[in-house]
Amino acid sequence: MNTWPVELTLDNCIKCTICVTACPVAAVTDRFPGPKYEGPQAARFRHAGQPTPDHSVDYCSGCRVCNMVCPTGVRIAEINARARASMVAQGALSWRTRLRNNVLARPETLGRWGYRVAPLLNALLHSTWARAAAHVLLGIDRRAPLPTLVREPFTMWFHGRPTPRGAKRRVIYFHGCSTQYYEPRVGRAAVRLLEAHGFEVIVPPQTCCGLPLLSNGEFEAARALYRDNVRRLVGYARQGYPIVGTSTSCTLTLKEEAPELLDIHDDDARLLAERTFDLSEFLVSLAEEGESTPVDLQPVARRALYHAPCQYRAHRLGAPSLELLRRIPELDLVESRADCCGIAGTYGFKREKYDIAMRVGRPLFDQVRESGVSVVICDSETCRWQLAHATGVPAVHPVELLAKAYGV
Amino acid sequence: MRGFDAILVEKRDLTHGTTGRYHGLLHSGGRYAVKDPQAAVECIEENRILRRIMPHCIEDTGGFFVVTPWDDPDYVPRFVDGCRRAGIPVEEVPVDQMLREEPLLNPHISHCFRVPDAAADSFLATEANAESARQHGARIWTYHEVTRLVRQGDHVVGAVCHDLVKDEEVHIHADLLVNAAGAWAGQIAAMAGVEVNIIPGKGVMVAMAHRVVNTVVNRCKLPSDGDIIVPIHTVAVIGTTDVKVSDPEHFPIEPWEIALMLAEGEKLVPGLKQMRVLRAWAGVRPLYQETVVADTRDVTRAYTLLDHETRDGLRGLITITGGKWTTYRQMAQVTVDRVCEKFGVERHCRTHEEPLPGAERAEYHWLGAPLARVERERAYGRLVCECELATEEDVIRAITEGQARTIDDIRRDVRLGMGPCQGGFCTYRAAGIWHALRRPRVTETNVALRDFLQERWKGLLPVLHGQQLRQERLDELIYLSVLNADHLPGPTVSPLAPVMYEPAGGTQRDGPST
Repeated sequence: MNTWPVELTLDNCIKCTICVTACPVAAVTDRFPGPKYEGPQAARFRHAGQPTPDHSVDYCSGCRVCNMVCPTGVRIAEINARARASMVAQGALSWRTRLRNNVLARPETLGRWGYRVAPLLNALLHSTWARAAAHVLLGIDRRAPLPTLVREPFTMWFHGRPTPRGAKRRVIYFHGCSTQYYEPRVGRAAVRLLEAHGFEVIVPPQTCCGLPLLSNGEFEAARALYRDNVRRLVGYARQGYPIVGTSTSCTLTLKEEAPELLDIHDDDARLLAERTFDLSEFLVSLAEEGESTPVDLQPVARRALYHAPCQYRAHRLGAPSLELLRRIPELDLVESRADCCGIAGTYGFKREKYDIAMRVGRPLFDQVRESGVSVVICDSETCRWQLAHATGVPAVHPVELLAKAYGV
Repeated sequence: MRGFDAILVEKRDLTHGTTGRYHGLLHSGGRYAVKDPQAAVECIEENRILRRIMPHCIEDTGGFFVVTPWDDPDYVPRFVDGCRRAGIPVEEVPVDQMLREEPLLNPHISHCFRVPDAAADSFLATEANAESARQHGARIWTYHEVTRLVRQGDHVVGAVCHDLVKDEEVHIHADLLVNAAGAWAGQIAAMAGVEVNIIPGKGVMVAMAHRVVNTVVNRCKLPSDGDIIVPIHTVAVIGTTDVKVSDPEHFPIEPWEIALMLAEGEKLVPGLKQMRVLRAWAGVRPLYQETVVADTRDVTRAYTLLDHETRDGLRGLITITGGKWTTYRQMAQVTVDRVCEKFGVERHCRTHEEPLPGAERAEYHWLGAPLARVERERAYGRLVCECELATEEDVIRAITEGQARTIDDIRRDVRLGMGPCQGGFCTYRAAGIWHALRRPRVTETNVALRDFLQERWKGLLPVLHGQQLRQERLDELIYLSVLNADHLPGPTVSPLAPVMYEPAGGTQRDGPST
């Protein structure tokens, strides 16, 4: 039954409405009727051979809070994502919306040529008039937290350094687009931390995981990227090497989202899913197996708030990052009480959704401000951007603090 | 339409009987192509007409006849030949193509044929017919149960009815009485002292909670139990059994019938047994035979017109019986032709030419239409029945304009309570709206609520397993624990409550037992 289309899980719904009460989007806007309506209810009215009746499902942010709280196992977020894909496939979105969505959903395209002229491009893209033009013409909200391109992509740094000697075992690092072009500091920290654990880190050629395209209903483009990654990575998986990522949404895509949404259930997909790990998950499992070298961690004397992104909770792993962060001496940790920061990947960048995203995140922003922390810790890149944008408090990946504590 | 002053009496709401309890198939006739060629011809003729006069009641799903590993491949040439003879368009569909259209079908199916089967909403179609009749001057009296026929010598001159709502007797004088009581036609005829041998053939149907298929799927073989799946609105209905019963009103749905439906359905859609069952229901076919037969499957599905003047020497009474939902219009046509003949007038039938009220846009119904409407009107905050997307406005209209007498009447108008939760979340809402609009005594609203819950429960009881059992447990907590529905003041049950599925003794069990 596990390879049945996700829509069949609608049979599990008993209409209890728990998802509606938990949905952060339905709580702040009337444009989204809620997960029960969009998922198990509307799915009974959808028919692949007929024009899509959907409009409101596009307001699902895909945060998966509904899936997490559903007591009967309805894959609501996935049902919604596939309904949006039908809208896209049938041309229910305007060309302008699709153009905007594709610009947002292809971070790699911009990054690949853009880093060469990063300062110029950053000045251009972040200028008031460019943001105003993108706001009006494309529908990318002028207030949304666009990241800044770096001059030296992560892999340029990685391949430009001497290979450390003496590693006994190997790990494959999946950096994702954000680490590559916007936040290579996360990748550098991850590599150093893995090396401190005695690993040789291999960074094979890879492409975007395809999640931004999946959450914008651009399934065919996402399929090409996913296939490409499977082709490039499955060989390592077959040799038994773990594939580790710092972007929780990328790793979730390889583990689960892409095969499930795209109905790709072949052996290669399954193998890659089995061998893919989030970095914190991986480090915690090393410790559990007694394989990590105990070191005296250096204190990091800061008060910090940790927020587990929706995409991380969807891994259903507990809170491995929190577990690791707790080992850092003098780190005064505040735990987030909120479900979602609102940004949900590309969602909060969209003109018609920016305000919704900010309202969704408000309880979290308030908590950050009220708790008086000097830094926010979060595993997902767009969440970090949103949090920093909304609160003015800098946001980092857990691995950055861990690397600091490890002194690497 | 032909200028007669007509009164239609119905013992409950329209479609309370077999019309509202069938699987929703608009026959192409393919099902009868080999065994019952006369019925096949009638079906394809009417199929074409109904698509024209009531497209809004029909979803053009198309139909497949598939040969599974359990079916005799020798039936195929006979089937194709029978279809051609009856004038039913039939084309073979490659199995690859079939699986592209219906990915959940059994990949071991060897042949697939496409015929113009469709799904029909008999509630809506009946309402359209009734509305048309009203526009032509007919009076339609529901909740009027015929208690006796008035006979003067060898002439039937009227009927006495019991008005269940007002609890009073109503006398109707008529020049002619048409007995179209379906499975009850034998009982009506008996009131006039003539014998009409109707064999009530019970058929049990099982609805799956979602559209397992979007095409009507038939097994390509002689008709038998559980050989068809009809996608109708949001559900898929597996049909049916055929068991002779002695009473059209009291018959049970038996466990072996459910098990058989699911086992046969599994042959068409592997994994079906793991999917959620919505509910079960049963209807009684009005099978007519002059002689007594043992197996109701062998009785023709063609219709029969009995003129009791020529048959029994009794004037003023005509019985129309047998037939299918698909051929209802043709049955009415030949009946009224005979009525004209009786009165010596020549007025031509126009029912095959004039579209029914509601068909103005000449578009078929489509599955997503209710969702499209809710999305367009942003009515999602005003849903009463969330499963079937019935809005507050819909329910109010059913109560005020539709003259609903019970919550079950609202259901038939707007599909209230027909989805997976089976009234769990809409019954109390509908009862509240009902109470606000009608302002009855509280006890009346209480009993209306109870009647409807009981009606839903009876169709759930036979399928309480898996996900639907889980649902019913939640519904039980809502109504019995939170709302205390069974202890609210008022009578336990009202006289308007539907009578069904209760064994009253005398049920014959012809089918296999499991």
